[in-house]
Amino acid sequence: MRVRAQLMMVMALDKCIGCHTCSVTCKQAWTNRNGTDYIWFNNVETKPGIGYPQQYEDQERWHGGWALDRRGRLRLRAGGRINKLLHIFANPDLPVIDDYYEPWTYDYSHLISAPLSDAPPVISARSKLTGEPTRLKWGVNWEDDLGGAHERLGQDPNIAGLEEQIRLDYENVFMFYLPRICEHCLNPSCVASCPSGALYKREEDGIVLADQNKCRGWRFCVSGCPYKKVYFNHVTGKAEKCTFCYARVEDGMPTICAETCVGRIRYIGVVLYDLDSVTAAASVPQDRLVETHRELLLDPHDPRVMSEAERGGVPFDWIEAAQRSPVYALACDLRVALPLHPEYRTMPMVWYVPPLAPVVHGLGSIGYDTEDPDAVFAAIEHMRIPIDYLANLLAAGDRGQIEEALRKQLAMRSFKRQEQLFGRGDTRTIAEAGLNPEQLEHLFRLLGLANYSERYVIPTSHREDAGALQTEHSGTDFPGNHYRDKKGRLRLRVRPE
Amino acid sequence: MSGAAWWQIFVFVAIPYVALSVFVVGHIWRYRFDRFGWTSHSSQIYESRWLRVGAPMFHLGVFLAIMGHALGILVPESLTEWLGISESEYSLVAVTGGTIAVVLVVVGLGILSLRRLADPRVRNATSDSDKFLFPLMWLVILLGMAETVGYNLLGPGYNYRPTIAEWYRGIFTFSPDVSGVTTAPILYQVHVSLAWLFIAAFPFTRLVHAWSAPVWYLTRPYVIYRRRRSTPVPVPGETRGWVTIGRR
Repeated sequence: MRVRAQLMMVMALDKCIGCHTCSVTCKQAWTNRNGTDYIWFNNVETKPGIGYPQQYEDQERWHGGWALDRRGRLRLRAGGRINKLLHIFANPDLPVIDDYYEPWTYDYSHLISAPLSDAPPVISARSKLTGEPTRLKWGVNWEDDLGGAHERLGQDPNIAGLEEQIRLDYENVFMFYLPRICEHCLNPSCVASCPSGALYKREEDGIVLADQNKCRGWRFCVSGCPYKKVYFNHVTGKAEKCTFCYARVEDGMPTICAETCVGRIRYIGVVLYDLDSVTAAASVPQDRLVETHRELLLDPHDPRVMSEAERGGVPFDWIEAAQRSPVYALACDLRVALPLHPEYRTMPMVWYVPPLAPVVHGLGSIGYDTEDPDAVFAAIEHMRIPIDYLANLLAAGDRGQIEEALRKQLAMRSFKRQEQLFGRGDTRTIAEAGLNPEQLEHLFRLLGLANYSERYVIPTSHREDAGALQTEHSGTDFPGNHYRDKKGRLRLRVRPE
Repeated sequence: MSGAAWWQIFVFVAIPYVALSVFVVGHIWRYRFDRFGWTSHSSQIYESRWLRVGAPMFHLGVFLAIMGHALGILVPESLTEWLGISESEYSLVAVTGGTIAVVLVVVGLGILSLRRLADPRVRNATSDSDKFLFPLMWLVILLGMAETVGYNLLGPGYNYRPTIAEWYRGIFTFSPDVSGVTTAPILYQVHVSLAWLFIAAFPFTRLVHAWSAPVWYLTRPYVIYRRRRSTPVPVPGETRGWVTIGRR
């Protein structure tokens, strides 16, 4: 058992208003350079929709992530090591720029150089790849708020196999927003796919990074990631990806996407996991993936876990942070958060609280009554967003997981409404949803109040070693006065009296 | 070396040593100061369909061509004779392998070059080093084809093994016999001279990705973990040499 710490994010989709502030601030911070024009470490998709890049979720086509072979062993879907080397001269699964979109700019100088005329000057779009005028055909949020859904909706892989007909008529249409960043997976297929060994996972906090000095531009990370969250900088010829704003989280600040989220939908905290159990957990049958993933995240209050974590080099304040972790609470204790596409078997670490939605019919017509717990749960069946759709997205098809998460949210709302209106809530409802009073209060605080200090519990990184290095780096005495002790720490030699 | 004119010494002795020195020092320099620029610089993201045909063909052809050159130049005639390989057997292998290599290289590079010219995105992304590299490669390849076809298939035949190959091997033993190359037909002389230019240019182009063939991938674990290391990070300005940033 090797216990390690991992930074994890949870997004409560109910609260996302689709304002793209996360995308914009992320872009300003990270991808406003040459060659990253089409790259969005954070993007917000409207679901149902085909996403960015187009249809990235269709692994029959892109062969991203992992799959079990006939003997039940975990294999990269695109093929193993020898297969990769045989295809090193041309990646068979690489999306081309049009699968994302052709980046463009505008001919701004025309605004001031146009000759005087009655009409104000108009600027035209120019391709950033060729400099030529271009017709805009697609963009990162082209299908915002179901734009073009009547043409493209059928291509959303999550719709396949849905019993219920997806209705596009105005009364019944449904949608919600899905903000996406790199999942910083426990079993990252991008890292496994990189022939150069340039991508790596940090042992201290689980952040997956690309070492651009080691990257040789083979592009297998791009095709290997089922979420298509590793990108190819087409100017430098190197891989780039979401960094979980490591420079910020090392100092205890949330990522820029989380910091600027106006809906307060994002939660960041520490979870503990066992490095040695990851592969086994990623290899279980599909219907057990979500539960196994939850079990992989260890209970930070368990004394055995705590001592193993300490033995594994997790600093004590990180263990403490894991105990106060809002993400562990949402994912494992309250069980309302779920991983995005667990069936890719990468063990993603950005989870989502599935969104509640308006019910299709008028509340009265189904007998919706805040005082009757059965009626509250009956509403789940009548929500606009089909449970199967959410199950395909967040639970590898397991309806039960979605129902549990929605039931708990509904029960919490119903209880709090009763408390507000009648002074006391009906504990039957919350008990039936599987919550005890403390959990209910915790869920309410996290989702409803969402205070900054409760949403983000991020311990700072430990720089004690760096401090020791500082002595080595700028010490004024002779290098011979330093030595390394048995644990490899740098010590100052004290002269005997 | 008696009887060689000064310019022959320059072209066939000085230039090879300069080229080899630039090759070695250039790689060290590039690796030390421009690891960020060390990439295959693939343009597949702009255009994939033709690249997926052309690139594997070209690379396989180049491998064959390199093996053929190694066989023809580095292996002395005496060794193949000692092994009992007759002249006709040798040329059968050489001509068969050479033909396959030439077809793969020419068609592959042809596809890659046409795609680079015809696709506006790829054309626009073509760097100065590419603009130098592609024509140079074509020249070297076409000259190599021309000498083989012109002298050996259609012409009287020219055996490079006791002449050019001896001179070439002599460079590495520091005893190059210039007469081996000065007596060769002019096409051969131009071919080898441009090849030295190619070798000197190698470390400064995208060709360096050839040294990054990721063989280590076969044996390493899939997921790589890194722990914060306790080695000092070099601070720009405090290291010797210079640091390149923001290089295209």
